[in-house]
Amino acid sequence: MNHANTQPMYRLTRRALHIDWPLFGLLLLLATLGLCILYSASNASLSMIFRQTMRLTLAFSVMFALSFIPPHKYKYASPGLYVLGLILLIAVMVMGKIGKGAQRWLDLGFFRFQPSEIMKLAVPMMTAWYLDKKSLPIDFKSLFIAVLIIFIPTLIIARQPDLGTAIMVASGGVFVVFLAGIAMRTVWWLASGLAILAPFFWNLMHDYQKQRILTLINPERDPLGSGYHIIQSKIAIGSGGTFGKGWLSGSQAHLNFLPEHATDFIYSVAGEEFGFIGAASLIFLFLCVSLRCLYIAKNTQTSYTRLLAAGLSMSFFLSAFVNMGMVMGILPVVGVPLPLISYGGTAMVTFLAGFGIMMSISSHRILFNAL
Amino acid sequence: MRSNNPIISHQTETALHQLRLNILVTLVIICSLFLVLRLAYLQFSQYKRFATLSLQNQMSITPIAPTRGIIVDRNNVVLAENTPVYALEIVPEHVENMQSTLQQLKTLLPSITDDDIEHFHRTRKQTRRYLPVPFKLKLSEEEVAIFATHQYAFPGVSIHAQLMRSYPLGDIASHVLGYVGRINADELQNIDSTNYRATHFIGKTGIERFYEDKLHGRVGYQHVETDVSGRTVRVLSKQAPASGAKLKLTLDARLQTRAYQALQGKEGAAAVIDVRDGSILALVSVPSYDPNLFVHGITQIDYAKLVNAPEKPLFNRSIRGLYPPASTIKPFIALAGLEKEVITEDSKIYDPGWFRLPGVSHTYRDWKRGGHGTMRLKRAITVSCDTYFYHLGNKLGISAIEDMLIHFGFGQLTQVDLKEEIPGLVPNPQWKRQTRGVSWYTGDTLITAIGQGSMLATPLQLANATASLSQHGQRFRPHLLQQWTDDQEKPHEFIPIEEYPVHLSNKKFWNLITDAMQSVVKSKEGTGHRFGGNTDYSVAAKTGTAQVIAMSQDEKKRYQTVSAAFHDHSLFIAFAPVETPEIAIAVLVEHNPTASNIARQIMDTYFESKKHEVTS
Repeated sequence: MNHANTQPMYRLTRRALHIDWPLFGLLLLLATLGLCILYSASNASLSMIFRQTMRLTLAFSVMFALSFIPPHKYKYASPGLYVLGLILLIAVMVMGKIGKGAQRWLDLGFFRFQPSEIMKLAVPMMTAWYLDKKSLPIDFKSLFIAVLIIFIPTLIIARQPDLGTAIMVASGGVFVVFLAGIAMRTVWWLASGLAILAPFFWNLMHDYQKQRILTLINPERDPLGSGYHIIQSKIAIGSGGTFGKGWLSGSQAHLNFLPEHATDFIYSVAGEEFGFIGAASLIFLFLCVSLRCLYIAKNTQTSYTRLLAAGLSMSFFLSAFVNMGMVMGILPVVGVPLPLISYGGTAMVTFLAGFGIMMSISSHRILFNAL
Repeated sequence: MRSNNPIISHQTETALHQLRLNILVTLVIICSLFLVLRLAYLQFSQYKRFATLSLQNQMSITPIAPTRGIIVDRNNVVLAENTPVYALEIVPEHVENMQSTLQQLKTLLPSITDDDIEHFHRTRKQTRRYLPVPFKLKLSEEEVAIFATHQYAFPGVSIHAQLMRSYPLGDIASHVLGYVGRINADELQNIDSTNYRATHFIGKTGIERFYEDKLHGRVGYQHVETDVSGRTVRVLSKQAPASGAKLKLTLDARLQTRAYQALQGKEGAAAVIDVRDGSILALVSVPSYDPNLFVHGITQIDYAKLVNAPEKPLFNRSIRGLYPPASTIKPFIALAGLEKEVITEDSKIYDPGWFRLPGVSHTYRDWKRGGHGTMRLKRAITVSCDTYFYHLGNKLGISAIEDMLIHFGFGQLTQVDLKEEIPGLVPNPQWKRQTRGVSWYTGDTLITAIGQGSMLATPLQLANATASLSQHGQRFRPHLLQQWTDDQEKPHEFIPIEEYPVHLSNKKFWNLITDAMQSVVKSKEGTGHRFGGNTDYSVAAKTGTAQVIAMSQDEKKRYQTVSAAFHDHSLFIAFAPVETPEIAIAVLVEHNPTASNIARQIMDTYFESKKHEVTS
């Protein structure tokens, strides 16, 4: 970093464009690899590639735009964004009641988006904003409020029902709380409390969600039903072997045995076609992105930015971890896309918006030093 | 424990954050390592298993139906074959505008009806989009040509040729050949489901049913790569099916046709057997039906017509029709008398036109009022004297009669290679007690001796017994198969099966009966005068008239006025030539006296074609 700082060019771009180059390079690499995998997973559908490229362009533009906004503005905006997100969530919930069935989308006529996506950013921001004011160690009242901040939107999203997004939203906040310094003792208490409450949550879950967990334990109990996804995904990855079947040659994906192979299960396609070498490289890339983000968190000066950066980093890593764990059959099937790789727009824009904030935190740090 | 020093607080806070961030870094690395380990487990240690599963996923084995073996007669005339039937098929996935395509097809081929279109839409809903849906079945060759020239304008529409069973002889041999039809649920239970995986048709009756195993052949397979919906992506390897065996039957299509024509318009049956090996030359049941109707799936209306017709065209009279053998049984009864030594050639009785048992008032009448006068064996057979056989039956007793008839194969299955056959009946006291619950009377014996009463035989049984008679007791199992050729083109001869022969103590007895049967057609007073005497070949025969209902002589006078349904059946058995017998025949005509005329036509045909063979 110090070495990099000495380069005038680097400093210039950093000030003019607010770009964290290592992070940007990693993200661009992931996005490019993602397009390659998607080309194969979509059976060489150029229209899907075109649409995904458009989304990536939009998402990266959002990232650049957000990176210009200095971190303290995010801090001020945190409560407002959180409340706005909450209102939209409730609006969607009410409309869902009227319209019957799952309702996640807010249709603005020209534009449809999921308010839960806002919450992926707003919850860590709000939690960080709230806990930043509190000094150490965090008392129980503050902890309780922080938990409320996290779990009110989480529960609404989980009831939509969108367990995957709910987990992502919660994790962003939970890691902020963890970082803010609740006593390790409290962490253990909460963990054991969750374990005790698990049967209660089990009862709250929808039948299909229960099915997914049972299926994870033994996919063969229903090979053509809920176990089908996991079995076919494991076959795809396992049959890839060390070097894979080669690009565009994955039989599981191309003959449609693999479900959702362009979206949630796209990692199986990578595993099938590029083998251990390719699939492990992807894990390594996700690890690098996460570590770079945590590095940014470590090097930022203010408490708020540190908390927020850590929350966003962990949210990103957890997304990748849950997705890959799910397709490899070690986590239940929850609808979590693989960041930057899975086909689809909403989640991607959110992730890159998060990276925009990360870059803002990273690049504006120098500016504060100068002042 | 609130700190008052914000600097220290800031420092402790930063230190804590650094510590916690380090924990998170560790957590992230551990989780990533965990994923890599899982990946290694799946792709290294489980590779073989998943690679196999992946292969199994995409490979599927599709069966290929074997071609059913054809059936020919002894002169290689085709009796059952597989002819291509052209159908118009549409793959919905490849058609852009279904509505206009169908309309254009309708203008191109006017034979397409709205029903076809409606049926197509119904089938289409139950079929996967990439699979062909039949649209118009049975295109004429002209229509095939018209469509072929316009095919470029109809993407997704194609002509599909399918082999369908067809029976060139139609009605003539339908009962003996049988027909194939779609496999039904019951049959599905009993077939080798592996071998029939691609087969839609199965032999339902006749030869088609009996030799189903040989005719069907062995299923072939192709290994194909498929996608998840079962669509074939490409063919990887193929194992050709083994066609069914070609069957050569003992039937003579010419003779079969002649017999059918001779019987046409009547209800009856005829069986012609080669006496030297039991092979069946003709086996006809009239009226008949067109077996081709059943192959394509007979319509409800057509089927109802066949089932409800009063003359029962579906009924195979030749092997399922049970008739009293009437006087045709007399030669066999006479043989029993000679063998049991209750009569000799010269034993004589006087026939006053009736017979009365001692102490019983009931009279058993002869068919001829006033009687035939003095009777010896030969004349008794020639004029078919009932009174002589009442005497003989009375002396023999039922068990001696039963014994002889059983030896000639009556009351049992002939074991012909047709599954529909039924055994008929030779009555005895035990049978009567069991089924009717009453004792056997001597009167029962008397009417059995003239082939009336409870005794029932099929035309095939009569022909077969006549064949045995001509061969002096040597008995063959009647059969229709002569040779079958397997898929390696290797012919296998059917070896005739000899049954336990009828053994007589004196060989002369055979000649006595043959001589008497010859005079049936030769003698002026012989009952076979309708057959005609002026044949190029020598014939031994016996006529029979089976009463449908018992009528007194007086009633018979009013014969003309009696409804046709109550007219007697006529029967005729014969073998020829007498010196070196070749064929035996049995003809039965219901409610009609023409059995001997019909037999004459059939036998003439046989000897005529033989003459042609010799000269050419």
